[in-house]
Amino acid sequence: MPAHPRGPSLAGTGLELPSPLARLRRETSALLDRLAPTAFLGPAVLIVLLFSLFPLVLSLYISLVQLQFVPGGFHLSVVGLRNYLTLLVGSDRQEFLGALARPSPAGWAVLAGELALLLLWLGRAAQARVGPRGLLGRGAVAVLLGAAGWLLVHTLAPGGRPGSLVVTLVYVGAGVSVQYLLGLGLALLCAQSLPGRRFFRVVFLLPMMITPVGVAYLFRMLTDTSKGPFYPLWKLLGLSNFSWVNDPWGARIAVLIGDTWQWTPFIFIVLLAALESLPQEPVEAAVVDGASGWQVFRSITLPGILPVSSTVILIRMIEAFKIVDLPNVLTSGGPGTATESLTLHAYVIWRALDIGGSAAIAYLLLLVVTILAVAYVQLVHRRALEAAS
Amino acid sequence: MTDLRPRKRRGPGHVLARGASYVALSAWAFLVLFPLYWLLVTSLKEPIDVYSGPFYVPFVDFHPTLSAWRYIFVDLRNDTLRPYANTVVVALTSTGITLLLGATAAYGLARFSYRPRLGGVLMFLAAVVVALVAGSLDVPWPAAVAGATGLFLLGRASAGRRIPVALGNDDIAFWMISQRILPPVAVVIPVYVLFQRLHLLDTRTALVATYVATNLPLVVWLMRDYFRSLPVELEECAAVDGASRYRIFWSIVLPSSLPGLVATFLFALVFAWNEYLFALFLTSARAQTLPLTIAAQNATRGPQWWYMSVLILIMIVPVIAMAIVLERYIARGLLVGAVKG
Repeated sequence: MPAHPRGPSLAGTGLELPSPLARLRRETSALLDRLAPTAFLGPAVLIVLLFSLFPLVLSLYISLVQLQFVPGGFHLSVVGLRNYLTLLVGSDRQEFLGALARPSPAGWAVLAGELALLLLWLGRAAQARVGPRGLLGRGAVAVLLGAAGWLLVHTLAPGGRPGSLVVTLVYVGAGVSVQYLLGLGLALLCAQSLPGRRFFRVVFLLPMMITPVGVAYLFRMLTDTSKGPFYPLWKLLGLSNFSWVNDPWGARIAVLIGDTWQWTPFIFIVLLAALESLPQEPVEAAVVDGASGWQVFRSITLPGILPVSSTVILIRMIEAFKIVDLPNVLTSGGPGTATESLTLHAYVIWRALDIGGSAAIAYLLLLVVTILAVAYVQLVHRRALEAAS
Repeated sequence: MTDLRPRKRRGPGHVLARGASYVALSAWAFLVLFPLYWLLVTSLKEPIDVYSGPFYVPFVDFHPTLSAWRYIFVDLRNDTLRPYANTVVVALTSTGITLLLGATAAYGLARFSYRPRLGGVLMFLAAVVVALVAGSLDVPWPAAVAGATGLFLLGRASAGRRIPVALGNDDIAFWMISQRILPPVAVVIPVYVLFQRLHLLDTRTALVATYVATNLPLVVWLMRDYFRSLPVELEECAAVDGASRYRIFWSIVLPSSLPGLVATFLFALVFAWNEYLFALFLTSARAQTLPLTIAAQNATRGPQWWYMSVLILIMIVPVIAMAIVLERYIARGLLVGAVKG
């Protein structure tokens, strides 16, 4: 494309004859332009690839071995899939999957409803002539969601106890949805032309700036029922001797509050930027036509920020699956293992020198999140992009 | 700027709505600021004041002291300042590199069309794995690299051709973000071994390399959405005038996407500034960063809340200052790209 010679213009100086130097220069620039796609993307791909491939391969290998101490050092013996089986059906099943109990009738009803919805969804996909790859992918997603539903209903039933997998799913599901709704609400409020909104914007960003370990210790101070700042409140409620961090659901909610406090700002600022960049003409036209505030939001604002919402939810979901500092510092995973997330579970048995089991947890996490993320991108993200264009 | 509320309805309803907005905003601001206030108050307390129950206002219900601050800055002195300097150097360097590489890659993904063949990619991966295995079996590395290269070329020419499926830009982008899925706990041993082999343990270089690699996907993902929103016409004009792609990127695309760059810079900086687990394993003394210093205040006698509060406060002050300076750019920038698809 760049056929024009560069540099000081030679036109009109009597030197238009293509000198060898000019030709060389032209050819170099043509070559450089042909190489541009590689030059732009190459370095980043190479760095991510080199940095991720070695750990990926090595930790897959580690997940298949067991560390044994022998006189004079240690020995790695290959045990095949035993680390995975220990988690899924063996001695670590209680901690990983949880203790199962017979669900209540309501639990059965929820499960039946979920399965019916999944079947309906698959049936509609089959009718809509989705290709074989799409059907296979949807089938895998349906099986995964069905299994997750079965596990949730069985471990959250009275008498059951959720394992680190279920607890992580609760953190991700509850945490990300609450954070999204709060972030959206705050972004909508801050997008109005209110005096003083710059103050609120900077303030709302602050929690994200603190190191997660710091946030965890901060919330340990705040949740202390006898020396923390909310002591009068606990006393008023007659709970001053009660440590809500000793109650399984209380502890999980404490972790969720900390997570929400820290990460709502991320969603807030991304959505705010999206709101600010929406074109104003459609809104004004709708108002002239007599649309209500809700109608404007529902049919103009919301579709406009849908793609950004989808991206930010995907990123938050991936990050939320790795939650570790808050439960580790705030509750040490306790009471018992009630607040243990998958990453914390991996960390705990890693500290107990079961590095094979730890890597196996990480790989199961990788499997679950990859399937969820692929499904999310294919089924939700793509549609959100289409809806906006 | 954006006024989501219809302008015409100014009246009692409007005043009421505005009041409600302020109430909601102030409520959240209180929820954000109170924990930070508690940090400040705790940093001014003697241990006895912390342990004898909640005291809220200095000079009113407890006597403030600067002893925790003095301990951190005078007694610890170099044990605070060295990690501080490390944090600043590591975070700024890694974020700068990440932003440069990430923005170029994101621009590539937004403007060019890549069609890598699945067969070639698989062959490349197989060759790298062979090289790694050979390397770990004490084959000299030039031989391993040469062998793997030969294998790759041979494989691509034969078996690679049989898999004609081509990947697209979306697949590359998804592969990138999927590199953030594996939790650091699983990656940390291999990374430790990697840097041990390279004799880079306990250096800032190791941390910078780690943070660049782990934050690149995030930057690529955010910046790609942003670049896609820029009008192509301006770049096409420049290309007709004979500007090279590099020139267009450097003097047209980057300046006009300053808001997005600034916001992404802030995100990447926050992640590198606060990272804990990699720093814990890759550093021991010389290259330690501040999050480790904070966690180290959890002594055998229980957490030293007053020291911790000081450290958390001095750690967020620079980032807050940066956020205040950069906020005006963020507001009009980040991620608008995805709006237009």
